[in-house]
Amino acid sequence: MTTTTQDALTVRGEASTQAAPATQADSPSTGGDVVLRLRDAALRFGDRTLWSGLNLDVAAGEFIAILGANGSGKSSLLKAILGQLPLSAGTAEFLGAPIKGGNRRIGYVPQQKLADEGVPLRAEDLIGLGVDGHRWGIPLPSKARRAAIDKLIHDVHAERYRHEPLSDLSGGEQQRLRIGQALAGDPRLLLCDEPLLSLDLAYQTVVSELVDKSRRTRNLGVLFVTHDINPILPMVDRVIYLAGGKIRIGTPDEVLRTEVLSELYGSPVDVVRTRGRIVVVGAVEPCITHTAPPSDGHTHKGDAHA
Amino acid sequence: MTDWWSSLFSFENYGELVVLLHNSILAGAILGVVGGLIGVFVVARDMPFAVHGISELSFAGGSAGLLFGIGVIPGALTGSLLAALLIGLLGSRARHRNSITAVIMPFGLGLGILCLSLYSGRSANKFGLLTGQIVAIDDPQIGALAIISAIVIIALLLIWRPLMFASVDPDVAAARGVPTRALSLVFMLLLGLAAAVSVQIVGALLVLSLLVTPAAAALRVSSSPLLVPILSVCFAVVSTVGGILLALGGSIPISPYVTTISFAIWVVCTLIARVRRRVETAGLPAAVAA
Repeated sequence: MTTTTQDALTVRGEASTQAAPATQADSPSTGGDVVLRLRDAALRFGDRTLWSGLNLDVAAGEFIAILGANGSGKSSLLKAILGQLPLSAGTAEFLGAPIKGGNRRIGYVPQQKLADEGVPLRAEDLIGLGVDGHRWGIPLPSKARRAAIDKLIHDVHAERYRHEPLSDLSGGEQQRLRIGQALAGDPRLLLCDEPLLSLDLAYQTVVSELVDKSRRTRNLGVLFVTHDINPILPMVDRVIYLAGGKIRIGTPDEVLRTEVLSELYGSPVDVVRTRGRIVVVGAVEPCITHTAPPSDGHTHKGDAHA
Repeated sequence: MTDWWSSLFSFENYGELVVLLHNSILAGAILGVVGGLIGVFVVARDMPFAVHGISELSFAGGSAGLLFGIGVIPGALTGSLLAALLIGLLGSRARHRNSITAVIMPFGLGLGILCLSLYSGRSANKFGLLTGQIVAIDDPQIGALAIISAIVIIALLLIWRPLMFASVDPDVAAARGVPTRALSLVFMLLLGLAAAVSVQIVGALLVLSLLVTPAAAALRVSSSPLLVPILSVCFAVVSTVGGILLALGGSIPISPYVTTISFAIWVVCTLIARVRRRVETAGLPAAVAA
């Protein structure tokens, strides 16, 4: 633990007594510095509580998957960490300081969205926006800027298409660029919101491995929202599972179990492990399966099999 | 036939006319720079329809200014700034913005027509606000136009980078600390100013040909963040200055000339993009075979 995090603990003395049991349960498994700390965090929209009592420490270099039913507040959790949605209760600290909107040390990779035509950007310009898009003025060419862009292009293996117009790139190519963009500015935490959505299997692997490699080489904390844990299962240190306003945090083996998820959902749920994949078969809502979207047929056959 | 032709193009006493109307030519060039630059963001933010709405309100304001004797420019400015603020504040999402624009646009047009009907002055002025006019622009007028244009150009250059970030990728830009909401309001105000000055020359109905077509044409042939604005400005200046030079001698409003040139440039750029794409796709299998 660094002094910063200890300070943060002392400042937040009274809250930590209440949160003590959860803190122990949710302490990071890799033992790195804590980059993100949530205490008793809750998010409500009107009368509806998305989740509450969230206690979480994310360590540098830790890969955490956020799973849960549609509408359980996975993306809203990321928005809260980004400071775009205020917490209804509790506190959120990034690098020991309370979160305010917009921070260059937090990288953000949103859902894959194809750039429309009519955008005057090429692949490398998207990364350039990550490097200095927040500064005023026009982007003047400089050696430092070029070097920073070259390095990020190299890191995400985008050399082949760096001069192509953004709108001509495939979803997977764009997603690699977005990771490169998020890595600009030396972030300590990477938030990924369904970055694998509508990518084919090959690109799901490419993009997941890129995130995994980045967090190891750069010692980043990663929060990765996904509806299908399987592409990232070998990389994940811990899982946050949101359902029905309740939260379970732990290693995949601790959380992704029939009895744990049944209790969380309050109805019988089967967690089936088949051929190295985890499939959650829900009796109540079909959307809780951790399989790929309907377009991706093979996992559904796996369901039927089980 | 000759009559028809000579009302379209006439180059009698052309040299004197150019001297007489040098202010108009200068105004056209300035507007070209403004339209070419701001057009890049109009297209990137997918806002052509909002531009149309703002220019109709600018027309309403200009007509009201004429009717109440405040002057066309202050009226047009008030109208377009109000419209820009309204659209900017109420319509942050594209779908929402389109319906708000569609609601205020006919209202503005109606208001403008009402003011013009009540106005008993010269009729050339009436028509001019809708379809553009080529009249001798006096020195105070060109001064006002130059100042407003300078504000738009300088402000755009100052906010260029974060505005581009916020335009193409608002979620990520906000996450990285870019003040997307403030930028979008500032942009709407600049757009209001640009529309108000464009209405003076090309008319409310045809502002799009200045604020959208050149940028759209440039984006057909390039994706470079440097080349697109440069091309867009060139296309817009060629359209306005070329249009004014052709219209000088004729008795027809200026707008058909400007819109035709700007449309022709767009057609050429689109054809270039087509041919390029065909060459690329045809080249691919050949490269694989080789």
